[in-house]
Amino acid sequence: MFSLGSNGGKYTKPSFVSYVNPEKGNDALQEKNPVFLPGEVVFCSASPVLKCTHDDLLEGSIMGTLFCTNFRISFVSDQVLLEDVVQPFRNRLYGENDIPLTCVDQIYGDYDEKRKLITNTQMKNKHPNGIIVHCKDLRVFQFSLKLAKEEAAKKIFQGIVRHSLEPKSLRCIFAFSYCENIAGAPETQNKPRTLMFENIVDWMEEMKRTKGNCKLLEINKDFTISQKLPQFFFIPTNVLEKDLAAYQGKGVPIWCWSHHSGCALFKTASLPLVQEESFLRAQKLYMERMLNAVAHNYLYAVKAVDLSETLPSIQDIQQSYSRFKQNFLIDNIGEFWISDMKWFSTLETTRWLSIIRQCLHKAVEVVEYLEKENTNILLIEDGGTDLSCVISSLVQLMLDPHYRTLTGFQSLVQKEWVVGGHNFLERCNHLNNKDKESPVFLLFLECVWQLLQQHSLAFQFSETYLTVLSDSISVAIFSTFIFSSPYQRVSSMKTESQTHGSLLNIPSVWDWSLQFDCKSQEFLFNPLYREKSKQEKTRNKNQRPKPIRQLSLPNATPPKKYFFKEETESLRKMLRGTRISRWMHLSDSAQASVWEFYNAWQQKPLDYHGLLLPDLDGPAIRLWMQRYLRWIPEVQIFGGGDITLVNKITSLSQELEELRMELEQQVRQADPRCKSTETVNKSTIRMSCFFPFASCRSGSFKPAIPTSHCDGEMDMGHLAEREDEDTELTDNSVIRGCAD
Amino acid sequence: LPGKCLSQPQSKNVMYICPFTGAVSGTLTVTDYKLYFKSLEREPPFVLDINLGAISRLDTIGMQIGDNDMGMEIVCKDMRSPRFAFKREEHPKMEIFETLTKHAFPLSNDLLLFAFLYKEKFPVDGWKVYDPVAEWGGGLPNESWTISRINSSYEVCDTYPSLLVVPTSIKDDELKRVAAFRAKHRIPVLSWIHPESQATIVRCGQPLVGPSDRRCKEDERFLQTILDANAQSHKLSIFDARQGSVADTNKAKDGGYESESFYPNVELNFLEIPNIHVMRESLRKVKEAVYPSIDEAHWLSAIDSTHWLEYIRLLLAGAVRIADKLESGKTSVVVHCSDGWDRTAQLSSLAMLMLDGYYRTLRGFQVLLEKEWLSFGHRFAARVGHGDENHANSERSPLFVQFVDCVWQMLRQFPSAFEFNELFLITILDHLYSCLFGTFLYNSEQERVSKVCLPSKTVSLWSYINSQAEDFTNPFYVNYENHVLYPVASLRHLEFWVSYYVRWNPRMRPQMPVHQNLKELLILRTELQRKVEELQRDVSSLRSITSTPDHGPSPSHTSTPLYTTV
Repeated sequence: MFSLGSNGGKYTKPSFVSYVNPEKGNDALQEKNPVFLPGEVVFCSASPVLKCTHDDLLEGSIMGTLFCTNFRISFVSDQVLLEDVVQPFRNRLYGENDIPLTCVDQIYGDYDEKRKLITNTQMKNKHPNGIIVHCKDLRVFQFSLKLAKEEAAKKIFQGIVRHSLEPKSLRCIFAFSYCENIAGAPETQNKPRTLMFENIVDWMEEMKRTKGNCKLLEINKDFTISQKLPQFFFIPTNVLEKDLAAYQGKGVPIWCWSHHSGCALFKTASLPLVQEESFLRAQKLYMERMLNAVAHNYLYAVKAVDLSETLPSIQDIQQSYSRFKQNFLIDNIGEFWISDMKWFSTLETTRWLSIIRQCLHKAVEVVEYLEKENTNILLIEDGGTDLSCVISSLVQLMLDPHYRTLTGFQSLVQKEWVVGGHNFLERCNHLNNKDKESPVFLLFLECVWQLLQQHSLAFQFSETYLTVLSDSISVAIFSTFIFSSPYQRVSSMKTESQTHGSLLNIPSVWDWSLQFDCKSQEFLFNPLYREKSKQEKTRNKNQRPKPIRQLSLPNATPPKKYFFKEETESLRKMLRGTRISRWMHLSDSAQASVWEFYNAWQQKPLDYHGLLLPDLDGPAIRLWMQRYLRWIPEVQIFGGGDITLVNKITSLSQELEELRMELEQQVRQADPRCKSTETVNKSTIRMSCFFPFASCRSGSFKPAIPTSHCDGEMDMGHLAEREDEDTELTDNSVIRGCAD
Repeated sequence: LPGKCLSQPQSKNVMYICPFTGAVSGTLTVTDYKLYFKSLEREPPFVLDINLGAISRLDTIGMQIGDNDMGMEIVCKDMRSPRFAFKREEHPKMEIFETLTKHAFPLSNDLLLFAFLYKEKFPVDGWKVYDPVAEWGGGLPNESWTISRINSSYEVCDTYPSLLVVPTSIKDDELKRVAAFRAKHRIPVLSWIHPESQATIVRCGQPLVGPSDRRCKEDERFLQTILDANAQSHKLSIFDARQGSVADTNKAKDGGYESESFYPNVELNFLEIPNIHVMRESLRKVKEAVYPSIDEAHWLSAIDSTHWLEYIRLLLAGAVRIADKLESGKTSVVVHCSDGWDRTAQLSSLAMLMLDGYYRTLRGFQVLLEKEWLSFGHRFAARVGHGDENHANSERSPLFVQFVDCVWQMLRQFPSAFEFNELFLITILDHLYSCLFGTFLYNSEQERVSKVCLPSKTVSLWSYINSQAEDFTNPFYVNYENHVLYPVASLRHLEFWVSYYVRWNPRMRPQMPVHQNLKELLILRTELQRKVEELQRDVSSLRSITSTPDHGPSPSHTSTPLYTTV
């Protein structure tokens, strides 16, 4: 159950490290080196550097050496830390004192007690006494350079700023040096495997699985039609080949997924903005043909959903997330407790949770069209590779239980995001050109997390899996997250391979054995997942899947067959303006309709292997605590958290497993109750609620005690004073009065 | 229910204006315990019932539906305010309104509380749950502390229990002088003693220092004795729950706090917790924010503006400080506020819950309530206003609700450390108001035991609970023994208790993580356990596996809100 494809033991030994030490004569360096990855090169280092901790519960600072390599900023402690607790969950690529360069979010310089944000252009001459690094995975590091030699301190500061903040070229991303120095990643043929959608076979398999009926195109194999589109993709059978290249692939409905009823989900990039009447007319006719083609896919019903018009913009998402994440990058306990006072309002003003809700809401809307009215859907978005990826993946996740398994989910990400052409390179800002940065993929993971926490039994992967996946975005080793499109991936790998003289292969993030050993990979699975029982499986085999999965929801209006839906009809009439998409968004009644749909679903018995809808109410959309709070010592609950529930379930399952083993071996039975699970595993008692992320704390510890007080008395002043008025009365009334 | 009688013929054609699903017509029935509304208009039939005890206020409102309509609003203590509409010609005198008023507020209408009429028999007697002598068990008396009967007829302090644990070396006449120096004669008495360090939690009322800085030699010696009883520390920590400024005002009005110059080796901390009026106002705002509907877009700021969770945080933080002082500092602690029956009860019981695993069991928690809240005279009758129509009485305050919320927060943070579950807490809160059981009636042990003789006339809530303990047991309970639990008192970890405060809103129910997840997990667990048992049976009979048991039926989404079934 816990095999993740490639065998976990395979790992390139650090023996063929290409290790270059530019700093001659530094003795300390010779002894304390980080374990370098293949292809990793040290740029500069400084010693001694103090790593400060804002956690006053642990002791002081640690002395060590700070390195800057082409992969990471690494701090190596002078002391051999006697860790009494073994970290159960360790990343093989970088340790707890390593910051991959692409993971650096912001750097602050400590200039004589004044803190300044370091940008790549300024402040490089005068080096600060210390630096504070905010990471994209929300860790915060503070290094003091005071003890290091002037020259070394200056050099390491400049090195870090240069390599983590300055714009660079794609070739400088570490994955390229890395892949040159590792053997080609082992091809894994384990079943079930993650579909990569880089060849026809995977696409065919997916189409077969969903029983869809679309036309496979190989015409873009060499990206001749569009460099934005995948090499292979499906389109409605009625799209004419001559129409494909009309707008460089824009406007072409790309198949995402087919509903069991026959209707399907498509997405497309909107056509370029034009002013001239004749062009506009041509566009109008073109879009009409496309909508017709989509409608022809099933029952002649189509609904166009324009996402650019109804969802927050890419910039909104970026701004919201910048505000949001600041609340978790804590480097000062005082600030933490002050910010604790207005926590909920602060959270609200970032609007991040509200954006999550909007996306989920939109996805439910689309699900309703597919599930209830069996209407074909065409998602339209300006670039066609941001919010349409979010919405299409969410829709598939809600409708198709296959995507709630681990390999299914990975296949979904490959299909919609990686091969689907999401611009990871610019959205993740790997090259430090801030202008197009936006955490769109993270937003998707956030939405998935909401679904996961609401329906924890329906997903094969765990919360930890999502957290680790979100961290992996900023570890520039995986081909998954470093390219802007499949075209870029194919073309740069071709160039690189030619230069190198052999076929290079940058590993995919789905090869989890690169990051985690077998034991750690177990944390990626959800022990609460309810696998489909044998009965359910055979039942599905024996009967047609359609009647089982179909929901008999109250149909307000029966779908009009062989005609456009009214909305689309009116839309056709209105296609006159300067911008077609303006009239394509859904009406305001969508809100009420979604509720009706949700309520009807809610009345039904819950099937974890059927349709899954999120609750969108105020309290239901929550903060992803594991991801955002895991590094803050003040909020670790030791011995608590849902992890304790999971542990209990896991121990029960293990007990079960042992029993099965025992049965199989036919050995003389020992009463299994003797090894009762009721005895508390001592380690779990002090386990953090953010396990497996935060370290365990051994021995005694002091609880975090808030240092600030509420200001509630301000607006309740008259009440706070009131009891005293009451006590002021006669002795008798004191007894009767409300003094306390 | 035994003892319940239909006091009124049904009123037909009443319209319930449901804020969630729209108006619905049906029949309204009032008994002396409950109000029922049933409508056959919907499928399945729509049913609403309300414990009359939960009613805080009854209003008639002239609703503008039509000239012939009369409206009635039932403002409840449990976070809802259902509204009904009547046709004037069909209900000319609104008899139902009068009956309702009479039975909702029996004490204001010279009637008995329903608890005195309720005659259900349970196999176990909940009044026997708490026996103070047995609770102190083998540990006491010891060389420093003894069980005193000085208050056996409630002469020293009428709001304290008859049995008190006080320092062995303090003589009775000294105790009486200390009593005169403490608010409401509430002398320092032992609440909890650390089994290893002998550090103690002691509770009392504020010292009556007054503006002239009165002193009381016996009181000073009393605290010194408490300090001396614990050899591990040379300090005694006093936690005054009040805001420092308020304590000063109290001092000017004959109350006050211990001066560190008169009480050597004592350190005084103010926990800055606002008073009962602030808390009442805060919960009122909570109701505004959640009933009848939630403003989705401003949900978080609405919660912030009630300050409810902020106060929960203050309480938890205070209790963590107390627990930490005892556990890590091995220092004895004295807790008081003004009178020592509201915030003091909250803090001492929360700290005990953190320190002592016994109180985290189903029975232990009942003992905790019986001891720290009921026997030490939390004024339940005054704070809840059982059967009393004076809804604006400023003595009312949801301090106990606030405490249970704190316990729920701990349960959320440590989901396997408590033997009881969320339903247990909600049931307690439902019967805090219901007046079905005698447990929470009256203000003190003296009133309950010597004046009314409650145990012989009413049923205890614990009789009901312990007769079906299974329902209230947390399946994930792991005995942490005496492991100290420190909840994180940060708003980042505090949650709004949706499944209690917003439980009437049908949209809020299904996916409440605790409720839903726990239910799901429970099913999974039973499934696993059944498999285990089956396998064990198979093992013992050395048979091979025949088949894997099939999955149980899927849980339904539409769960009913958690509330008590009686």
